[in-house]
Amino acid sequence: MKKINSMNPVKGSALAEGAVACPAPVSGHTSIQMAHGGGGRLSHELIEKLFFPAFANAALEERHDGAVLDLGDERLAFTTDSHVVSPLFFPGGDIGKLAVCGTVNDLAMCGARPLWLSAGFIIEEGLPMETLKRVVESMRSAAGEAGVQLVTGDTKVVDRGKGDGLYINTAGIGRLNRTGLVPSRIRPGDAILLSGDLARHGIAVMALREGLEFEGGVESDCASLVRPVMALLDAGVDVHCLRDLTRGGLATALVETAGTAGMQFRIDETLTPVNETVRGACEILGLDPLYVANEGRLIAFLPEEQAEAALETLRRFDETGGACVIGRVMREGSGTVTLKSAIGVDRVVDMLSGEQLPRIC
Amino acid sequence: MKFIDEYRDAKAASRFARDIAKTVTRPWKIMEVCGGQTHAIIRFGIEELLPGEVTLIHGPGCPVCVTPLELIDKAVELASRPNIILCSFGDMLRVPGSRTDLLTVKAEGGRVRVAYSPMDALEIARNHPDKEVVFFAVGFETTAPANAMAVLQAARHKITNFSVLVSHVLVPPAMEAILSSQGNQVQGFLGAGHVCTVMGIEEYHPLALRYRVPIVVTGFEPLDILQGISMCVKQLEEGRAEVENQYSRSVRPEGNLNAIRTMSEVFEAGTRKWRGIGEIPNSGLRLREAYQKFDAELRFGLADSTCEEPADCISGLVLQGRKKPDECPAFGTLCTPDRPLGAPMVSTEGACAAYYRYRGNGTAHSTTAGGTKGPDEQRKRS
Amino acid sequence: MCLAVPGKVLSVSGDPPYDLAGRVSFGGIVKEVSLAYVPDARPGDYVIVHVGFALSKVDEAEAKRVFEYLESTEGLDELRGEESA
Repeated sequence: MKKINSMNPVKGSALAEGAVACPAPVSGHTSIQMAHGGGGRLSHELIEKLFFPAFANAALEERHDGAVLDLGDERLAFTTDSHVVSPLFFPGGDIGKLAVCGTVNDLAMCGARPLWLSAGFIIEEGLPMETLKRVVESMRSAAGEAGVQLVTGDTKVVDRGKGDGLYINTAGIGRLNRTGLVPSRIRPGDAILLSGDLARHGIAVMALREGLEFEGGVESDCASLVRPVMALLDAGVDVHCLRDLTRGGLATALVETAGTAGMQFRIDETLTPVNETVRGACEILGLDPLYVANEGRLIAFLPEEQAEAALETLRRFDETGGACVIGRVMREGSGTVTLKSAIGVDRVVDMLSGEQLPRIC
Repeated sequence: MKFIDEYRDAKAASRFARDIAKTVTRPWKIMEVCGGQTHAIIRFGIEELLPGEVTLIHGPGCPVCVTPLELIDKAVELASRPNIILCSFGDMLRVPGSRTDLLTVKAEGGRVRVAYSPMDALEIARNHPDKEVVFFAVGFETTAPANAMAVLQAARHKITNFSVLVSHVLVPPAMEAILSSQGNQVQGFLGAGHVCTVMGIEEYHPLALRYRVPIVVTGFEPLDILQGISMCVKQLEEGRAEVENQYSRSVRPEGNLNAIRTMSEVFEAGTRKWRGIGEIPNSGLRLREAYQKFDAELRFGLADSTCEEPADCISGLVLQGRKKPDECPAFGTLCTPDRPLGAPMVSTEGACAAYYRYRGNGTAHSTTAGGTKGPDEQRKRS
Repeated sequence: MCLAVPGKVLSVSGDPPYDLAGRVSFGGIVKEVSLAYVPDARPGDYVIVHVGFALSKVDEAEAKRVFEYLESTEGLDELRGEESA
């Protein structure tokens, strides 16, 4: 056998103090990076530094999933969401279901009952008609389940090569019958509830997208949360704030909400459910399930004494059947989220930087 | 999951912590060589369980962090050529070269594919006979057998449109470089468990002997790392300097002979440049002559270049364990994972990024600025 | 460096030395893995997998060492405690 390593002593010169240079140059962002749309820190920065100052107004200031609009005797919730997913179809859903659920969920998170949707289709030349039909059928079925009507729309076709087959934008309007559910209502002592297991959507899509040969089945959690949320509110639970988990996963939703509310949160890693198969995928890809996308999960902030009642209601529905308490709001503060790790030690949870990519290291 | 969950037990972890606290009588500095261990230490908050006497120094064991600027530039150049598909592990995509990174090249239309395994890249070559497929073969000894197998299989099956851009580094020469450098602070090592799974532990005996330093080959789960620290501290306290194997469920003293054989068939040792550290003799692998037709640098006539490395950050010192990430004036201000100055801030297991992400950074985004505790404050709290 | 994860071998196929492969389950995610470097792996064995290659077989007896070590050091502490008492 040939020997690979040698143990030659090393000359000290390359390692002399001060001889060490910085490996990488400064990289400012003069153009849009993928991470600007990734739901993590760069997305957040773009919104805070470009969009908020440009469009500043009271509704925007709430920094919630949708805007709450006061019409005098009536209040509406209004939101929009664009959907780009590759592949268009994935286990447990497709871009059509995603486009409807994403928007109705945003409305529900405001405490509103979703009523009407718009849909804008940006279609790449050459997309099979059959594909579009399947997507539309899926949207119809998702809209029916959520109890909304698709009342207006638009279609544009772009040159072949200028789109991933199909992009869909949806906007939605809902009616608000009660006090808005906003981060500013979160109070110290509130329980933090999570409606089900983490990271399903991200893993289901990534497995397909990266061409990884996963044979075990992981289905996306993509679902409308309208029914359980309405049941929760109708049951009289004094929900302070709701938030659905999207691209940046649980960690990003918590950090953003804590920042907006000006509160300190503490969650317990051992209480956050992750399906065994999803965990397996996260382990081999080197991903942290806290940062992997969900499309049908919410977190709820509500008084601790009402947590049991809320869990009971949520668990009556399949889509929130795995609801559980994962932590609590500790006190007012600057928006730090701490996590009690599996071995019982507290550490700070930060926002995602860039996109999570599979790693070998 | 079996062989994972049982090593993340909170009660056992605190029992280990008590054991370490009882054993230690004075300050010790221990380096975990491997970035995977750094990742676990920070993710699980292991340092908070340790007595103040024990300081962990995060080592250079992250292949992404030590891949030199020049090679990233070469990968970028290859990916920008029209007929080439460049395949890489996901980790490498965000690492900036002197001008840009692979993710940006991809955004601008370059063909960059994330591969989970080098065999996936070989498969892509099989399926695209009209394209040249280059695999960016980075890694330590752990990854070398896989990359060697891809080359070997390409040769066996005469897949001529496949080549590799090799940036392989070896752990023991890097450990020796650290031990022999001026101002070395490392008194004991946690050895890299997966590197040793491949290579065995024999080559560490001369190091332990020559530099009088205990080396405990250690696994990657919290209890593994705590036991590794416990064993290392016991050696230090008793004045021993031996090679011990904490990760015996995976590491055999002789290593994996099948893997070493294939690795040696394809690769030979050679001088390598380490990003932020410099050239270390015999610290890397290159293709043997018989396999040089699979060398992407030769095949595509990539010229050797030397990049000026700007001197704004202290990542070289961090990689050698002479400074902690938060001792860098640029940490969390000029240098963040979104705008990295140095490679350790790029890779998720780079010491700087791991610090930033899991231990708070003090200067985070606007909504959490101000009150976040700095890492030191965090540590002292418990 | 070197993310490697233990998984359970479900089945073995292909010809040694180079094409030996196995279906390996990681908590339910099943992936085809090269067993070229661990040719003695059999269904039911756990192997440590890195970038699609099994690098070692997990030794079940050695796997308990972590806990035995803990017991032994704590046992030692108790003994020491008795002696000093």
